[in-house]
Amino acid sequence: MRLFGRMILGTLRDMAPVVVVVLFFHSIVLGQPISRLFPLLEGTLLVVAGLALLVYGLELALFPLGEALANALALRGSFLWLVAFAFLLGFGTTFAEPALTAVAAEAARAAAAGGAIEHTPDALESYALGLRFVVALAVGCALTLGVIRIVFGWPLAPMIIGGYVLATALAFVAPPTVIGIASDSGGVTTSVVTVPLVTALGIGLASSLTGRNAMSDGFGTVALVLLMPMLFLMAYATILSWI
Amino acid sequence: MDLIREFGSTLGSTARDVLPVAVFMLFVYCVVLRQRLAHTRNVVAGLAFVTVGLALLLLGVDKALFPAGRMMVEQLSPADAHDASAAPAWTSFHLIYLFAFCITFAAAIAEPTLFAVAQRVNELSGGAINTWGLRIAAAVGVALGVTLGCIRVVAGIPLHWCLLGVFLVIAIQTVTSPRMILPLAYDTGGVSTTVVTVPVVAALGLGLAELLPARNPLLDGFGMVALACMVPAITVLAYAQIAMLFEKWAERRERDEA
Repeated sequence: MRLFGRMILGTLRDMAPVVVVVLFFHSIVLGQPISRLFPLLEGTLLVVAGLALLVYGLELALFPLGEALANALALRGSFLWLVAFAFLLGFGTTFAEPALTAVAAEAARAAAAGGAIEHTPDALESYALGLRFVVALAVGCALTLGVIRIVFGWPLAPMIIGGYVLATALAFVAPPTVIGIASDSGGVTTSVVTVPLVTALGIGLASSLTGRNAMSDGFGTVALVLLMPMLFLMAYATILSWI
Repeated sequence: MDLIREFGSTLGSTARDVLPVAVFMLFVYCVVLRQRLAHTRNVVAGLAFVTVGLALLLLGVDKALFPAGRMMVEQLSPADAHDASAAPAWTSFHLIYLFAFCITFAAAIAEPTLFAVAQRVNELSGGAINTWGLRIAAAVGVALGVTLGCIRVVAGIPLHWCLLGVFLVIAIQTVTSPRMILPLAYDTGGVSTTVVTVPVVAALGLGLAELLPARNPLLDGFGMVALACMVPAITVLAYAQIAMLFEKWAERRERDEA
């Protein structure tokens, strides 16, 4: 309980900059009366309470669960299990991610407005479903590559730089309507549930394998999750536009 | 009463978001790997906290951060922004850029995942990487990325040129930075754009696209999240490089004194 009190204080401190920025621009730059901000007070209090619970819960459950699971998988020594687990976790969480569902629907409307697909409910729905499937596949592959990299100790930098080169090349041949959604899709899939899990998984795996360092090998999987959906979506749209 | 009903429906959707992942992980851990869960009570309580906290947070973001962002973009824009024929210069939106920088910096500082990861990094590095240093470096990166995104939308620069520029800077820094820090630096972008930053970015993007008659909100609204995810790698690497320079400088001074 004392820990929770400290969390509330910490959250108040972390939210203070947001409140200061809004107050500064509202009252000093725009010179508006402060009373116009009162309707936002309720929401701000909800944010503070929510953040405190969330941070507490992340440290109590998601981080330990992720690290324990990675330890157990490493001890079991089955490479196949590890890869299957990583792929399923990435694919499942991404396909079910509400933020991605919303963005995919918006991207379908953008594609219809840009003339890439027909403006019928069926065409929109199948386009959005295709996007979600490709992004989920990409995140599954990203997590799989991430754990394989940690197990074998492959350096991350060549993968990331190579990925960027490939992404830039694809951006010049892919249909223009897909570039925006493709580059955003990685950021949209990294949510408050998946980031702690993926990070804990990497740290747990790297610290239970001999010869791996949690700092230099454990991180990097989130970066692959940012990169892969961009590559997969641009490649998918390019192939579709050729057919 | 309305608030309670809204909270109920938000809680339902966050439970659908959190529980399948948790059940899948527990299933693999307990049934497939046949491990006994230590601290069962902590894990169950923690998952409940995450679900309820996320619901409260999303509701609050919807009621406070999102409307504040929309309101500010509208009020801070130059008076002739709506006029399609006059097409104001992109520099006349300087107040919006300043606001975008400040609010996304503040939002990234409040980001719970960045806080949790920064703390874990501090433990793992034995205190060598400062929690606040990492959080501030990442938040500056998110803020720079979003500001660049706003300038891009107003000035109408194609997204792939912005991304190409960012990639080039990251590639140069990758060659010149200490290798230990690279994976963490690439990760920070994804870590600092989750529940607080993304709605703020969406509010800014939507507000701007609606304001500018020449911009299609559907086609020009994308790209802001991508820049917010990429640029933190630059600032975190720069932070590491500056820290390294200071260390070298201090070493040299010690040697000169001896």
